[in-house]
Amino acid sequence: MLSYLLFIATIGGIYGLLALSLNLIWGGVGMVNLGLAGFFAVGAYASALLTTIGHAPIPAGWLMALVAGGFAGLVVTLSTTRLREDYLAIVTLGFAEAVRLIASNEIWLTRGTDGISGIPGPWKRALGPDFNAVYFLIVVLALLVVFFLMRRIDRSPYGRALRAIREDAQVAQVAGKPVLRFKTEAFVLSAAIAGLAGALYGHFTSYIAPDMFLPLITVYIFLAVASGGTGRPAGALVGAYMVMTLLESSRFFVEWIPGVTAVQRAALKELLIAVALIVVLRLKPSGILPERMPPAPRPS
Amino acid sequence: MIILQALVNGIVSGTLLAVPAIGFTAMFAVLRFPNFSVSGVATLGAFAGYLAYGAGLQMAGSLAAAFAVAGIAGLAFDKVAHLPLIKQGALPAAIASIATGLILENVVRLGFGNEPRGYDRPIARDVFIGDIRVSPQQVETMGLALLLMLLVFTALAFTRIGKAMRASADNPELAALKGIRPERIAMLASFVGMGLVGVGGMLLGLDSSIDPLTGTRILLSLFAAAVLGGLGSVPGAVLGAFLIGMAEELSVLVVGSQYRAAVGFVAILLVLTLRPRGLLGERAY
Repeated sequence: MLSYLLFIATIGGIYGLLALSLNLIWGGVGMVNLGLAGFFAVGAYASALLTTIGHAPIPAGWLMALVAGGFAGLVVTLSTTRLREDYLAIVTLGFAEAVRLIASNEIWLTRGTDGISGIPGPWKRALGPDFNAVYFLIVVLALLVVFFLMRRIDRSPYGRALRAIREDAQVAQVAGKPVLRFKTEAFVLSAAIAGLAGALYGHFTSYIAPDMFLPLITVYIFLAVASGGTGRPAGALVGAYMVMTLLESSRFFVEWIPGVTAVQRAALKELLIAVALIVVLRLKPSGILPERMPPAPRPS
Repeated sequence: MIILQALVNGIVSGTLLAVPAIGFTAMFAVLRFPNFSVSGVATLGAFAGYLAYGAGLQMAGSLAAAFAVAGIAGLAFDKVAHLPLIKQGALPAAIASIATGLILENVVRLGFGNEPRGYDRPIARDVFIGDIRVSPQQVETMGLALLLMLLVFTALAFTRIGKAMRASADNPELAALKGIRPERIAMLASFVGMGLVGVGGMLLGLDSSIDPLTGTRILLSLFAAAVLGGLGSVPGAVLGAFLIGMAEELSVLVVGSQYRAAVGFVAILLVLTLRPRGLLGERAY
């Protein structure tokens, strides 16, 4: 039971990182990333490849995941930052599909749909059964670092500039803010965090395959951010654990329904998540921890 | 010769792709958000047509069933989930449409499982024109797709309601002043747009097989066709669909069939970098 809870808490923490990543651009700048699963996959593959084929130490893999995620974010934003937001939505959605396509077909590198197994975990052999607990602490540590970074950004002049862009990019531009640069920076940072989350995921489960990075993950994270509270890092975290709780409890719930096949159970679970997202967006778009606008400091 | 065959195949698949691309782009022009539930709606249409065909309807009747079921589903979801969110902006509506697409995909999965199913069409021998191979069934589906497109263009160009739709897409405030009821136009766009997407799902599934992910697989090509032609432009979507169809078939010769779907994504990136408004520009009917 304890190891099950630790497993859930770790995955929840990784979703928390993704939620913080999404919150930075969606809540912060008002940009959208419908390809979160793709950046998550890029990080997972970057770190897994570097540590298995490249035999590099695990922290190097994690660093690589940050860089690879950020670079992918840069590529995606470069062609779209000047355009309307709906184009970014289409491009990011397409990006996630393209990543899955590459991961499934570049068999020489990614072993295709078989996936990469044997991804090393930190001190896994020495720790034995305690691995899950230690890994949970590592994820919590990463989560805390990113969380305080996000809080810092949220309350800094930089964060206020980002919010100004969200409210009205033209006004921000007129006020002399480099809107394009800020948008690109925020998106790259967000994509890098999603990449890191992917790496943490891969080294925890020790196995990754293209099927693990379906658009469904993106829906989970949107549900997390929307229900927790868009525009507030704490909301994103709370939301991630709420989604995790919903996912796990729905698993028990659908197992309890008689006469359904495994495929139907999976379908019911996905249905539940999708309906939950629409209900949250319609009934409580501000989430349970609504955004707080800190007053700007008065000039002294 | 291989290239010529690939081009012919590309024109065939481009014609089929044009149908859902028109639906997607027309909805964007009127409702002003990218409706990502097209993946689920295309799957739903494919399965509705499959059931109708299995029940003994002819091809045209089955396509009509796909149109009706997909159109009603699209209308219902726009009313309940997407349009109430449009006040907050295009993005919340777009995000909700991902969720509704997921709902439809899983409703189909609940009913039919994940196994691929095929339409049991009578087998016909391929016809050779010179060295180019064409199957009579391809010609039939292509003819139906062309007929449908002709219908849409005629309706947009000549009927009162078609003109009202174009006016509303062009300038909603002005159209409303002229007594065009925006909610009605929105409902019509949802119904017809998603109907076309449903028919497109069926047309594209006819030659292979269908499963709950049928719609998801055509998503990239669909977006690419719409973006390439100019988001919101109906003739643009047709042009884009032909170009994407041909590019996909030609790419098979160069990089192999596994990257067929990536062509769409590359096309989107190129168009947005070089000519963001698309080949025919936004909202050019």
